[in-house]
Amino acid sequence: MFKLDGKVALVTGASGGIGGAIAATLHAQGATVVLSGTREDALKAQAEKLGGERVHYVTANLSDPAEADALIGKAEEKAGKPVDILVNNAGLTRDMLALRMKDEDWDQVLNVDLSSPFRLCRAALKGMLRRRSGRIVNIASVVGATGNAGQANYSAAKAGMVGMSKSLAQEVGSRGVTVNVVAPGFIVTPMTDVLPDAQKEKLQSQIPLGRLGKPEDIAAAVLYLCSDEAGWVTGATLHVNGGMAMI
Amino acid sequence: MSEIADKVKKIVVEHLGVEESKVTPEASFIDDLGADSLDTVELVMAFEEAFNVEIPEDAAEKIATVKDAIDYIEKQKAA
Repeated sequence: MFKLDGKVALVTGASGGIGGAIAATLHAQGATVVLSGTREDALKAQAEKLGGERVHYVTANLSDPAEADALIGKAEEKAGKPVDILVNNAGLTRDMLALRMKDEDWDQVLNVDLSSPFRLCRAALKGMLRRRSGRIVNIASVVGATGNAGQANYSAAKAGMVGMSKSLAQEVGSRGVTVNVVAPGFIVTPMTDVLPDAQKEKLQSQIPLGRLGKPEDIAAAVLYLCSDEAGWVTGATLHVNGGMAMI
Repeated sequence: MSEIADKVKKIVVEHLGVEESKVTPEASFIDDLGADSLDTVELVMAFEEAFNVEIPEDAAEKIATVKDAIDYIEKQKAA
């Protein structure tokens, strides 16, 4: 089950904690992976960690619409084959209470976290529709459903991603292409590592499963939605949050 | 038949997977050739690519038959 032999998967934000785990999991299941991110050295290190011939990387600055538009083509050039699986994982935050939030903080987060995934979906769908198969998994966040003080921009982008994915799922379902969302809760990453212990304990106390998530918890959910076995699942949001929000 | 008509026909056959004999000038993509709305969008994009023309949305909406497509592209190419 869940084998991806012969498939090409593009993972954006692949040098980060969650993106790296997603790429490693898809790769372990047989996929050829194309890692995308902004930092070449980090991508190279990640690619070397995975090793072998089924790993490629492409740098892309997704805040630039032209680079987002071109990424699918570049990935296909590297892999030598069309992209079967697109995982829109790249994202950034500019947290700030709304009263102090500048237009540029709002615009940048909406652009990178919502508009650029749309551009990548649009570019990838063209070939997927022709081939009558494909998998898109968009990585949103629990805060897209619950909201979070200080993240008006980020939660709007992530909620937008869910609506976008549902619409795309309806548009392309007749061609055997699925579009789904994974919404992570609090995941242990370098970003959460630096939180004081007291705050980590408080976070954990809100999670029925009693721990923060690992990047691998997210990767497993992504793998399922990328698999042939998930062929009858589309427009869905899979919440992976330890039970913190049961939605 | 013009070169453009030939090429349009070929694209339609290829994309919709229909018999060449069914792709008559009068054939409607949706009513006669079994296309759905997504097919018509993909066809228009295929025409744009093949003929290096831009077909704006309001023009695309009016392209219902094979002849509509041929006429539109011929007009663009003549201009």
